[in-house]
Amino acid sequence: MEMSLDLLGNAVVSGLLLGGFYAAVTIGVSISFGMLDIVNIAHPAFIILGSYIAYIANTTLGMDPILAAVVALPAFYLLGAAVYQIYYLAFERRGEEALRGLAFFFGLLFITEVALVLVFGVDYRLVEAPYIGPTLHLGAVDLPLRLLVPCLVALVMVGGLQLFLSHSFLGRAILAVAQDQLALRLMAANPTRIKRIAFGLSIATASLAGAVLIVIQPVEPSIGRDYIGRVFAICVLGGMGSFAGTLLAALILGIVESLTATFYGPSWAPAVAFGFLLITLAVRPAGILGR
Amino acid sequence: MSGTKFFLALLIASAAVFGAAGLIGNPYVFFAGYVVLQYIALATAWNILGGYTGYVNFGTAAFFALGAYTTVALHKLTALPLPIMMLVGGIVSGVVGLGTGYLTLRLRGAFFSIATLALAVVVQTLITNWNFVGGSRGAYIVRPATAPLLGIDYVQYLFLVMQGLVVLVLVVARAIERSRLGYGFATIRDDEVAAEASGVPTLRLKLLATTLSGAFMGMAGAPLPYYVTYLDPASGFSLAYAVNGVAMPLVGGTSSWLGPVIGAVLLGTLQQVATVTISSALNLLIVGLMLVAFVIVAPNGILGLVQVRRRRSRA
Amino acid sequence: MTGCQPGNALLEVTSLGKRFGGFVALEAINLAVPEGERLGLIGPNGSGKSTLVNCISGTLRHEMGSVRFVGQKLEGLAAHERTRLGLARSFQLPRPFNTLSLAENLRVPLLYTGRHTTQPIDQSCIDLLDMVGLADKADRLPRDLTQIEMRKLELARAMAARPRLLIADEAMAGLSHAEVDDILALLIRLNGQGVTVILIEHIMRAVMHFSQRLVVLVAGRKIADGDPAEVVRDPDVVRAYLGE
Repeated sequence: MEMSLDLLGNAVVSGLLLGGFYAAVTIGVSISFGMLDIVNIAHPAFIILGSYIAYIANTTLGMDPILAAVVALPAFYLLGAAVYQIYYLAFERRGEEALRGLAFFFGLLFITEVALVLVFGVDYRLVEAPYIGPTLHLGAVDLPLRLLVPCLVALVMVGGLQLFLSHSFLGRAILAVAQDQLALRLMAANPTRIKRIAFGLSIATASLAGAVLIVIQPVEPSIGRDYIGRVFAICVLGGMGSFAGTLLAALILGIVESLTATFYGPSWAPAVAFGFLLITLAVRPAGILGR
Repeated sequence: MSGTKFFLALLIASAAVFGAAGLIGNPYVFFAGYVVLQYIALATAWNILGGYTGYVNFGTAAFFALGAYTTVALHKLTALPLPIMMLVGGIVSGVVGLGTGYLTLRLRGAFFSIATLALAVVVQTLITNWNFVGGSRGAYIVRPATAPLLGIDYVQYLFLVMQGLVVLVLVVARAIERSRLGYGFATIRDDEVAAEASGVPTLRLKLLATTLSGAFMGMAGAPLPYYVTYLDPASGFSLAYAVNGVAMPLVGGTSSWLGPVIGAVLLGTLQQVATVTISSALNLLIVGLMLVAFVIVAPNGILGLVQVRRRRSRA
Repeated sequence: MTGCQPGNALLEVTSLGKRFGGFVALEAINLAVPEGERLGLIGPNGSGKSTLVNCISGTLRHEMGSVRFVGQKLEGLAAHERTRLGLARSFQLPRPFNTLSLAENLRVPLLYTGRHTTQPIDQSCIDLLDMVGLADKADRLPRDLTQIEMRKLELARAMAARPRLLIADEAMAGLSHAEVDDILALLIRLNGQGVTVILIEHIMRAVMHFSQRLVVLVAGRKIADGDPAEVVRDPDVVRAYLGE
């Protein structure tokens, strides 16, 4: 196949932009799985939920999808806190996270998808926003705004969260919980409350990630399942709780997926992420910047 | 009851069920019954790994569909008797189970579960892109009118074959429970580090469980093409298999071979009845809700509830 | 009996080192345990005693040094293989199999270490439970036990592996005076039957009574190794662990 440099260049650029978006999608799992050790496989379901909420706001109120997601942030945060509370009471406290906690999240993932099918059907939904059509042309490189804007939003979100974690009291309490829950308990701080807040934050990111997803591509209920492999592959490759690692891993996955899609066809994308996941688990479970 | 007696009891029960189904006279009974039997096999297969060792497989659909698509592929190449197709389907799924396990079972259970979730998506992608078995357009399989040798209606034959698989899987599950292997599995579930310290070769046992479980799921899927006569990835990898594979054992109870049977009969029959009255999506939603409800409220399933009641009445 | 030549030792630990990230848990540990010895291992909390046990038993992998048991290199062997060779340990925090009865808990190592006796397994389980005074609770579940009974179960399970070397990690914590004596008598009887025992303990009375040789671990390093009476008089040991 003729390897046009233009094609290659654009594939790489798309990959980078896509990677930025993948970082937004994964950051919630970096918090819940990477830091809190909660295997929330339902995270993609919350993202899709975010997509549909953005869709509703966009089609009925004419609201910008990303703005809608920001408005919905508190609701998602509360949802996350509620879910954690149930998870904690039913499983974590009894030490049954391994089988039953996992089954719980799987149930949530499943219920969300089926409920969305019931309400919205299986047709693809999309939103309209002024930045979805146009493309910036910088020389030989095309920057579709529908990829660029989400990428920027994603980077802002990830950067903002990183600042919060490293500079605020609450943020550092979360990092402390991630490191050593026992020590926290011995210091009479309540790790449960902190974990609840952190998990709430993790689900809140899904609101933005969902809006950004439906800007990039049309959405239908089963898409969540495609993202499970990606999200956990990036999280593991990125070294679990490390945001910088997550970003790096997301960019790498984005580029590889984009190249695969350009030269071999888009239907192989899920296989790329899965391959990443397997290779990472087999070779370096601690990730690139692993602890 | 010894293993042989259990086997004979199952054979007699199967013959009785088959006879009763025939007496009812309505062919739909065999159609619906096949699905319930298939779920008993799937749920029991899942439980060999999930219930006994505590490793959760979310990719039931992948192993099941691999069995089905192995049959499709073989069917296009040569005409083989159904039991042979089931054996090959079982081997294919078993190998995939072994491979997935080998790559992930040295790490914590969560990684294995995540890998099975991702596996389901990938296998579906691969099959959808494989034109030899019809790809996304699906494949048509001609169902013979009558069964070879026995001469009965083919659907009844499928029912009979699935009964045979159920007997096999139940005998194996029960035999494991009472054996050294069963104790090994239980210790892996209870405390893997302590199990290793007690001399249990945990990795080897986990791989065995994964392979067995995957193989039985593949065998359960192998006759599917003849049952549905048209198979496409959407139906082969249906969400129904994903959720039922997990929900049925958890609702019925994971501690013994009886739990998945209870869960499969209960949920399977409910779904067969409900499909007629409500949409299939609503159907699945109910199963999903039951899964979450049971896992929170009755973690040991129906079997667990019965045990608690028995213990209370004794005390 | 002190002074053992490397080469005839049952367990040989050579220059063993273990890090957790930047934290050095164990450094250059050398230890040779001849067959039949009663070795005491003491040290402050966090000094690396349990880490050492974990490295020897295979639960943790160590980066530096080597461990030989019965002359065989243990690197690369999984924990269950080491147990099968005859190296058993009890856990400091009991880790029972919660869905199995007490008798079944003991059944597992008996089944999986394959050390056949002429006795049927069920009888062996009861006998072992009897040795720790738990025979009447054979059919109960671990959650019905007190903490102390769980420690005894933990020790019994290690014994069920019919080991040549038994490492008892703080098996006596929280036991009453009489119970400590019971366990001591049990371990000494085991030793009399040929089992080499490494006793990790904080209860000095028990350690002094039991040990033919005493090893002291402080901050990941071995600081003393020798006759118990001399070791407890060693000023470094007094300063680091025993106090004034």
